Amino acid sequence: MSSSDSSQGHVSAVSERLAKTKSEGRAALVGYLPVGYPDVDGSIEAMVTMVKAGVDIVEIGLPYTDPLMDGPVIQTAATGALAAGVHVRDVFRAAEAVAAAGAACEVMTYWNPVLRYGVDAFARDLAAAGCSGLITPDLVPDEAADWIEASAAHDLDRVFLVAPSSTPERLVTTTAACRGFVYAASLMGVTGARAQVDSEAAKLVQRVRAVSDIPACVGLGVSTAEQAREVAGYADGVIVGSALVATLVDADDRQAGLSALARKAESLADGVRG
Amino acid sequence: MSQTTPPLGRFGAYGGRYVPEALVAALEELDEHRRKASADPSFVGELSELHRSYTGRPSIITPVHRFGDEHCGGAQVVLKREDLNHTGSHKINNVLGQALLTKRMGKTRVIAETGAGQHGVATATAAALMGLDCTVYMGRVDTERQALNVARMQLLGAEVVPVDHGSRTLKDAVNEAFRDWVANVGHTHYVLGTVTGPYPFPEMVRDFHRIIGVEARAQMLDAYGRLPDAVLACVGGGSNAMGIFHRFIDDPDVRLIGLEGGGDGPDSGRHASRFSGQASPGVLHGAFTYVLQDDEGQTIESHSVSAGLDYPSVGPEHSFLRDSGRAEYLPVTDTEAMSAFQALSRTEGILPAIESAHALAGAMNLGRELGRDALLLVNLSGRGDKDVHTAAQWFGLLDEKDTQI
Repeated sequence: MSSSDSSQGHVSAVSERLAKTKSEGRAALVGYLPVGYPDVDGSIEAMVTMVKAGVDIVEIGLPYTDPLMDGPVIQTAATGALAAGVHVRDVFRAAEAVAAAGAACEVMTYWNPVLRYGVDAFARDLAAAGCSGLITPDLVPDEAADWIEASAAHDLDRVFLVAPSSTPERLVTTTAACRGFVYAASLMGVTGARAQVDSEAAKLVQRVRAVSDIPACVGLGVSTAEQAREVAGYADGVIVGSALVATLVDADDRQAGLSALARKAESLADGVRG
Repeated sequence: MSQTTPPLGRFGAYGGRYVPEALVAALEELDEHRRKASADPSFVGELSELHRSYTGRPSIITPVHRFGDEHCGGAQVVLKREDLNHTGSHKINNVLGQALLTKRMGKTRVIAETGAGQHGVATATAAALMGLDCTVYMGRVDTERQALNVARMQLLGAEVVPVDHGSRTLKDAVNEAFRDWVANVGHTHYVLGTVTGPYPFPEMVRDFHRIIGVEARAQMLDAYGRLPDAVLACVGGGSNAMGIFHRFIDDPDVRLIGLEGGGDGPDSGRHASRFSGQASPGVLHGAFTYVLQDDEGQTIESHSVSAGLDYPSVGPEHSFLRDSGRAEYLPVTDTEAMSAFQALSRTEGILPAIESAHALAGAMNLGRELGRDALLLVNLSGRGDKDVHTAAQWFGLLDEKDTQI
């Protein structure tokens, strides 16, 4: 229903992937990992491992010093990545590698690193790297005039978040501003595994469906195959972050981390296939 | 839409609302309530009564002749005594307002961030007074530096949560408070302690502190028959400065001077001088404003002997006043601030907060420049009792074994 978009004809790799999984009668598995943890090469290897294990779309995190939407696991990885010297430009390298491995990707970033890089320059380099667009946890459409312009100019997705607290009016305006998909936050809270997926999640997806035909992917708190299966029952995509990152954070060494990551991703991939 | 001044909550280019969508509804609810409250005689009356019978307002002004003669080139220096407020600083003005709003919104719990502990103590105080649950986030490093203030908050019934992420100081306490708020926003209000954060906080917190300048301007006219040549205040996030500046903004002959934590000096890399060429406009904690950041937009940690000024960002209205030239901002090094601390203590018998000592150091420099005819108003935003340990260490009054209080 975002018919006001000037570049309506463009279809991103992520959109194509979501259409394909839908035609297969299943939800997509969206896997988050931050670039630069444990180091840049290690993180890229992990992303490729995750793709081989069945992740459809990679959400590449750009580590930031003040990640106020993230829980302890992702904070630990982001802090580790920054300490290991990750740079903003590494996100473009990771995007190229993910595309080469056959998955689509979005970059998940807090707003200040993009602002500092230059909004249009960031959009240009992201598009050149073959990435579909951005997920922006601390940028709401109200403040996103520059980004809406740059993303239109470079044919990029704009993934804004909606939450159980979003008013009906904001659900309409936010989904209208999105391209690619809308990120439905399953609960009021930060990233991290939860014992159960909040019942608010299904309600929120229902509310999105009532006002928009944009695909809805659900994130926050999904960590097991069981939960992925449950969410795949009503959402277009299942976003898993902390549970994947934890396999790397908790591992004794790199190889063990990659093996644990592959096992976790395979199990989640089974989950979204019902 | 009742809003007629687009874009929402901006001071020139600065401000805005850079937050997760999950918080937008709560920010709009807060904005609606504080607008209604500011026009509601029962709210205004209740807050005025608390100012009078709980905080001890109006706070007096005190001429400090010996300090002016001996340290400020003979200039006439007048202190606005926010240090005499209940809980010992200006922070109580904002906290009482927000606590009353919390009750009006039907919420039962408040959370706050704190650096030195002054805002945390003020919030714990208001929560005790109004029967609200209270959780205060404080960087682990600060809980160790300010152990007595941790105990104070606990004695008042608040839970103090040490924050172990990032630099483990004020900025990380703010992050953690936001995380709590996202998860508990249904029944919790975040009592943000300064004039930054997402709209409406910068405007609302300023308005709750505006009474400082309103009182001081009238008191100056009453006592001296004229306005001061300059108003000086320290600037961390900048709440006491906005509070005293705001009533003087339309008085073009009154210079407004903000003093920042200069740490080891602007070229040392260890400072909190956002306006000395080291910071640039960016987003931190929900606002577009000057931020100490590296080339990639990562926040750089600040340093100051004063925990209350040790913050890498600053309220967006200060960024606007700085760019427009209406206010000036100057760094004061740790050493200059501690000299001013000692000077006021010994000439006037008033122990200032180390934060406020930065404003006093600004007055010392300006007074020497302007001489005897100058009339300077300094916001003494807090008292120094909380800083006795830090100051005693600085001046070598403690044995090593005593430094582990």
